[in-house]
Amino acid sequence: MKEPLWKKLTPGSVILEPGSSAKFKTGSWRSMRPRWIEENCIQCLFCWIYCPDMSVIVEDGKRKGFNYDYCKGCGICALECPGKKGNKAIVMEKEGS
Amino acid sequence: MGKIVAVTGNEAVAESLRQVNPDVCAAYPITPATDLMQRFSSFISDGKVDTEMVLVESEHSAMSACIGAAAAGGRVATATSSQGLALMWEMLFIAAGDRLPIIMPVVNRALSAPLNIHGDHSDTMGARDSGWIQLYSETAQEAYDNAIQAFRIGEHPDIRLPVMVCMDGFIVSHSIERVEYLEDSEVKNFVGEYRQVNPLLDIDHPKSYGPLILTDLYHEYKRAQHEVMTKVKNVVLEVASDFEKLSGRKYGLFETYRLEDAEIAIVILSSAAGTTKDVVDRYRDKGIKAGLLKPRMFRPFPYEDVAAALRHLKAIAVLDRADSFGGYGPLFSEICGAVMSMDTKPPMINRIYGLGGRDYMPDQAEKVFDELIGIAETGKVGAIKEYIGLRE
Amino acid sequence: MTTIPLRLKELSRQEDRFAYGHRMCAGCGAPIVVKQVLMATDYPIIAANATGCLEVSTCISEYTAWKIPWIHSAFENAAATISGVEAMYRSLVRQGRIDDRQVKFIAFGGDGGTYDIGFQSLSGAMERGHDMLYICYDNEAYMNTGIQRSSATPFGANTTTCPAGEVIPGKPQNRKDLTRIMAAHNIPYAAQASPGHWMDLMKKVRKAFEIKGPKFMNIIAPCNRGWRSRTDDAIMLSKLAVDTCYWPLYEIENGVTRITVKPREKKPVTEFLKGQGRFKHMFAPGHEWMLEQAQEYVDREWERLQKEAAFWAEEEKAE
Repeated sequence: MKEPLWKKLTPGSVILEPGSSAKFKTGSWRSMRPRWIEENCIQCLFCWIYCPDMSVIVEDGKRKGFNYDYCKGCGICALECPGKKGNKAIVMEKEGS
Repeated sequence: MGKIVAVTGNEAVAESLRQVNPDVCAAYPITPATDLMQRFSSFISDGKVDTEMVLVESEHSAMSACIGAAAAGGRVATATSSQGLALMWEMLFIAAGDRLPIIMPVVNRALSAPLNIHGDHSDTMGARDSGWIQLYSETAQEAYDNAIQAFRIGEHPDIRLPVMVCMDGFIVSHSIERVEYLEDSEVKNFVGEYRQVNPLLDIDHPKSYGPLILTDLYHEYKRAQHEVMTKVKNVVLEVASDFEKLSGRKYGLFETYRLEDAEIAIVILSSAAGTTKDVVDRYRDKGIKAGLLKPRMFRPFPYEDVAAALRHLKAIAVLDRADSFGGYGPLFSEICGAVMSMDTKPPMINRIYGLGGRDYMPDQAEKVFDELIGIAETGKVGAIKEYIGLRE
Repeated sequence: MTTIPLRLKELSRQEDRFAYGHRMCAGCGAPIVVKQVLMATDYPIIAANATGCLEVSTCISEYTAWKIPWIHSAFENAAATISGVEAMYRSLVRQGRIDDRQVKFIAFGGDGGTYDIGFQSLSGAMERGHDMLYICYDNEAYMNTGIQRSSATPFGANTTTCPAGEVIPGKPQNRKDLTRIMAAHNIPYAAQASPGHWMDLMKKVRKAFEIKGPKFMNIIAPCNRGWRSRTDDAIMLSKLAVDTCYWPLYEIENGVTRITVKPREKKPVTEFLKGQGRFKHMFAPGHEWMLEQAQEYVDREWERLQKEAAFWAEEEKAE
């Protein structure tokens, strides 16, 4: 007989795997999608420090792309982006367009 | 061999806590439990324990701090009474649901309104569904012994549940009795080292305590919690057996007194059992086969064992020192639950006594036994639930 | 001591201690606060969390966004819960049963769990002197239960329990000044911060962790659902709150008040209010008095704060 589900639970409902929320992809919530325009990027990293969803990928101190698995498309990065000479390095576009 | 002393219930339980030496205590004063933690605080001030004392601003915070401390990973105790326990109510369920073995002597006291500081069981009976193990004590000696055993029971790897050790306010907490203490080393060895499973303080392996669990798993978590309670009985008996080897004092799930060949019996908790035993003796002297059953473990309630002990009786009176307004007394309801499994169901009555510390005198027990004699003869029960010991 | 320079390039090399996959609403201010707080330091941290948006969205079923030891027990007791954890740490270190790894203790609570139902527990923990930092992420109402007014809700705001109606136009009372109340506990450190000023926020967290004893930080955390604003404006609004002196950035260290960020030009409070639907009715004809009253309150409080800071600046000069 299969062991019932309740017997497999961690006693006291303690979660043992730190950061396991990564298994829950919130990218599907997105209706707007940020697009990075690299030539306008001054690498200020404001998008990174202000992203509520840790979805701006920075490697070795350099901004790379977005992590679309988790980005909810709030648009904070685009609004806060200073851009270069008045041209934004992040723009929001309709998802699926 | 420990020493024999004349102490109050509070003093005896404070001494047990000194001997166990918990890592953290968080407490808030409330009559009649104040004296217990006051005494324990002086052990801290005098450097007799290693305990970190958190003197909180409410009982709600006392239990919250105990939960934090227990999850952090160590041995935790507190004590309370009455309104204090009521204020903790929310947190009691969380301590049990998180499977944190917090040991809490509760000095039983009535609940407001009207305000009253004396002993009855309204407080702990209100907490009976919280998932805590509950042990009730008749005397200061039992309170001392139960408190020590509670650590072994609650911290047992198969159990890991919080335990309330109940004793009657003033009647036991403030009365001086003869108590036999164990040696410090005996207590230390008996309770052993405690290691929390999944301690928060293991910072290299971060854990999250207290998630939101919705309809997908809450039901299963509660089923698992129920399962743990089914294992408590054997652990309580195993710990009692070890304790008997150490102290010579025998404990079970309940105590019976001249019950084996009895025809009528009173079921009663805590200090009032002592008075009742005297009356049992008097009736036995008159040739009446009276007996007594005193539950020790109220949660989980040992239905089958109690049923086996009561099976042969012709009439039973269950005396409650708490009322469930609009319902039967809480102990009566449990005994009904036990009797349900019997082929022969003896007639039963429920008598509410001693609320707010009203004295329970031998004549009250006598009246109940006299009534039981009539019921045993005729099989007829009048009112099932009634108050006794009311003033004219 | 945390030595990583407070430069984004350097900070970005650290490992995240707060993970993606949490379920806070898109554009919520609270996770920005949490990530900045945790990023500010490299001490080991253990956190308690009051029931609320942050708690239910970051730890649900088998999913936790926390990469540090974390505990939630109830709504009104994050301060008491972490004080128990901290007491156990001290006990075990003192007994030599664990090593002292300079663990720092944080409690996170929303404004409901801090200003209101958790106020007693917080006050008690501060008075007892636990070595802990309490962080209130203040979104100015009970957002988790659906935008009910709290004692942090500002004057005039439209919430579901003080709706702007025909007779009563939103919340009649001003908010409670919790930061000052906490400072009045004579704790060594109390401060206000904003995620829009990330460097100021992180400096304060760092400073707090170098001080032994109880610390309190009140951090504004815009909530676009409750504030009836856009999903992209949490940082913009948290900056405007500072620029209008609606939410001044200051600290009170050992009783000494210091303004940490002074706006170059103090903007009218309407700049902060106008982008938020919760204040929309205040801009309707006939409600001019509400805008005036809101401005008067900000002016009075800002004036008082400046006087306090000036007094202490003089004192320090005199020493």
